[in-house]
Amino acid sequence: MGSVATAPHNTAGHAHHAEHHHEESFVSKYVFSHDHKMISKQFLITAIIMACVAVMMSVFFRLQLAWPGEGFAITNFFLGDKWAPNGVLDPNMYLGLITIHGTIMVFFVLTGGLSGTFSNLLIPLQVGARDMASGFLNMLSYWFFFVSSVLMLASLYVEGGPASAGWTVYPPLSALPQSIPGSGTGMTLWLVSMALFIASALLGGLNYVVTVLNLRTKGMKMTRMPLTIWAFFVTAVLGILSFPVLLSAALLLLLDRSLGTSFYLSEIHVAGEALDHTGGSPILFQHLFWFLGHPEVYIVLLPALGITSEVIATNSRKPIFGYRAMIGSILAIGFLSFIVWGHHMFITGMNPFLGSVFVFTTLLIAIPSAVKVFNYITTLWRGNLVLSPAMLFSIGLVATFIAGGLTGIILADSALDINVHDTYFVVAHFHIVMGMSAIFGMFAGIYHWFPKMYGKMMNTRLGFAHFWLTFVSAFGVFFPMHFIGLAGAPRRYYSYSEFPMFDGVVDLNVLVTVFAVIGALAQVLFLYNFFYSIFRGPKAVQNPWRGNTLEWTTPVAHMHGNWPGPIPTVHRWPYDYSKPGKAEDFVLQTEPLAEDEHEEHG
Amino acid sequence: MTKLLIILVLVLALLAIAQLARVYELTSRLRGKREEDISPADTRMNANLMYIFLVVYFAFFAWLAWAYKDKMLPVAASEHGVALDELLNFNWLILIIVFIITNVALFWFAGKYAFKEGRKAYYYAHNNKLELVWTVVPALFLAVIIIFGLRVWNDITTPASAEALKVELYAKQFDWTARYPGADGALGATDFRLINDGNPLGIVTRESVAMRLGELKAEIDAMDSTMHHGILPDVKVNELEARIAKLERTSARIVNLRTMMEQDIAEKGEASPYTHGADDVVIKEFHLPLRMEADIMVRSRDVIHSAYLPHMRAQMNAVPGMTTRIKMTPTISTDSMRTVTKNEAFDFILLCNKICGASHYNMQMPLVVESPADYKAWYAEAMKKPFQPSALPLAPAPAVSDSTVVAADTTAAMKVDTTATASLKN
Repeated sequence: MGSVATAPHNTAGHAHHAEHHHEESFVSKYVFSHDHKMISKQFLITAIIMACVAVMMSVFFRLQLAWPGEGFAITNFFLGDKWAPNGVLDPNMYLGLITIHGTIMVFFVLTGGLSGTFSNLLIPLQVGARDMASGFLNMLSYWFFFVSSVLMLASLYVEGGPASAGWTVYPPLSALPQSIPGSGTGMTLWLVSMALFIASALLGGLNYVVTVLNLRTKGMKMTRMPLTIWAFFVTAVLGILSFPVLLSAALLLLLDRSLGTSFYLSEIHVAGEALDHTGGSPILFQHLFWFLGHPEVYIVLLPALGITSEVIATNSRKPIFGYRAMIGSILAIGFLSFIVWGHHMFITGMNPFLGSVFVFTTLLIAIPSAVKVFNYITTLWRGNLVLSPAMLFSIGLVATFIAGGLTGIILADSALDINVHDTYFVVAHFHIVMGMSAIFGMFAGIYHWFPKMYGKMMNTRLGFAHFWLTFVSAFGVFFPMHFIGLAGAPRRYYSYSEFPMFDGVVDLNVLVTVFAVIGALAQVLFLYNFFYSIFRGPKAVQNPWRGNTLEWTTPVAHMHGNWPGPIPTVHRWPYDYSKPGKAEDFVLQTEPLAEDEHEEHG
Repeated sequence: MTKLLIILVLVLALLAIAQLARVYELTSRLRGKREEDISPADTRMNANLMYIFLVVYFAFFAWLAWAYKDKMLPVAASEHGVALDELLNFNWLILIIVFIITNVALFWFAGKYAFKEGRKAYYYAHNNKLELVWTVVPALFLAVIIIFGLRVWNDITTPASAEALKVELYAKQFDWTARYPGADGALGATDFRLINDGNPLGIVTRESVAMRLGELKAEIDAMDSTMHHGILPDVKVNELEARIAKLERTSARIVNLRTMMEQDIAEKGEASPYTHGADDVVIKEFHLPLRMEADIMVRSRDVIHSAYLPHMRAQMNAVPGMTTRIKMTPTISTDSMRTVTKNEAFDFILLCNKICGASHYNMQMPLVVESPADYKAWYAEAMKKPFQPSALPLAPAPAVSDSTVVAADTTAAMKVDTTATASLKN
């Protein structure tokens, strides 16, 4: 199988290939599959399970924040008497929950889930390849991801609890079990899990890059690629360049923890004892962490932006406005994301001049981001908008990208950052611009390509209900947090009852929690719709959204190699929607240019 | 109970919606309608919801801004804080304008251009002039934002003047300690190996070095005699030996420190930082005089903390192994702020703003800003109780990383703290 899959231009081998189709065992088809479409579904389902865990965690700590010290049967039911005696969340477990919530959401859902699912599904289908460059590495990528997910969940059950130094795991807190119980076995498992995750991301990323560069079908020039592929491609490059840095940061931390080295530790006196470590610097870890951490924001965001570019164009029945500017802005964001990491560290005592440099580079990113927003809005202008669930989520993404992007300008300004750094203002900002935008992009992708993944349709009306409930709760949860932050309330506090100065805004915490619970419950609609439709949804047609791109030329039923006949040749860019002089309002990329037709490049 | 009921109602509501959708799905299947064909009624509903959302969104924003206006931080109480607030307001002005324009366009277009049968979308792929405009205009606005921002940043981060009042804020899990210089006007050198409960900041003086060495020796001797006067299992012996080796290493380093100290004092005399510690005031109170520049040094004993003074618009991380600085000039006293906020209990607060462990959420110390005369009186009183190293027994290190043990240990630590403060006051 794999030999066929890895020789995508080998159209002759295809009859041979079809013969084998029925001999496939359950294990090779559903478990250790080399097929990119199956791997993409494996990533998606794993990410959905991880997301459920992370959302549940957020409900537990939101309940504590709204009604501090009150017991909740549900908290006790899930966390037990050790971590939630009488249903009251333990302060150490509170920190554990916020840490694992962040880790799962950023890495397992929005990196593994988003890139893993859609890069895998769409790269071969949209560039016209039979499969990924290496089906085997692709399979390994998933299984590393799977083991890493299992380890992360397992870390919840160890003595001392899971890692609880925040998802950024800053040492010395994460290095010294004496300073917080979660920095014992839980932290070790966190690091091992992340190391495996990074291996998975690298294997996947290399595959995506090689596939995009080498396996494009005839006629698929770089400037004819859909914006999804551009986004996945740049995302993969960012991952390849930045994840190894996180791996080295994690390895040095492991050495500090277990072998007594002093990369991050110096002059520490903890739990009544002076440690031997001298000469290291905790700030070094922050530099390494954020050298990944900031590109990571765009590793999460770019695929979502790519997906919505495609969904908005298709459903507006209009070309994406400014195709080349969109590519340019993806490249600019990708490049700039490597030289802005210091804006997470303005108040670490970093040289103020260095701070100024990071202010400058960070605010530069606002330019390509603004271009993207204006281009999206112009694409909607005078379109004929099919308001499908995918389209609604894409519009939602533009809204969250605006709201979160603008507050980013405040945080990027080092002077203004002083007073909002590490407050709820930051929590509001990144949940809206990164969390919500990326998750909306992911939902848009799921609703849009569900027919391609499962050959079935999801229920549209449940999709509408899911969108509006999620969209309203997203703002209900994260918008008030700006105000909590502007009142000076720090993040990662177990309770605000110890500070009379926050009494004025504690009622907002109740509002936020109510919306958080509604938002979480709204996801039940999605889960029901998703799993029900996989098995009992109505059958999909080949091109339900009347799209131009190559994936809609493949048959509905999945097959190895994607196209039964030869791979289609591409003759035009992917955004010829409502082109004057055409009978239909879409023109497949495979349709040759007419005699007098001018090819558009945006 | 009411909460449970609320949750129950929500679950039922969701189930009802799911059932409705199911009924709809079945009927539309009967009518031969496909999922991807969105009915005109649904399109109209979604388009209208776009308009409604836009209005509700702005109304929510306006309500939050209006209802919580007085619950945000009160007027800045430091010199740079005023400039910083002005900068923030200037930024808000630009951002809110952009926010309104882009959102109106987004939701208005999303509603207005919702699908109509027979209408053809306008084929509009690019417009270089337009794209140039919305690249250059944001760039200009950002340039202004950067220039104003960096101007304020540079003012805030230039070093404090030599005459500034020197204070140290010392963080540890989970409290703050302040240190003021004694009559010599300078803070003494510190070393983390000298820290014990009688010398919580590890201030280096001849006395504290000698005392710490004696303490270590006593501990080593005690362990030595346990090892030699009793039959212990091998595990225990190994443990004791490792512990003795560790304490001996610490002792050796302190002996080195002593040599360095003696050399430095011999070379520099009164100018040596090792001579400044003996009269330092170590105190769990934080006072600053009004309108006087303060040069605050921030240090940490164990993990990263962050010294955050929201009313002063000041924040700086406390990083173990490093000294960071905050420069600020308070402009409003605690008393005037009580009048301004009409709150008799108002206090400026120093809080920890970097995750540091279980009690992170309650690591605070009030800051008292008072007239120079009041400050002088308070300082004179505090100077009567300068730092005195004392050989308090070390708190035992927790062996097991278990939450209950740590919880017990924090309470123990808190008790020891009170005794330490008491000993400072004696």
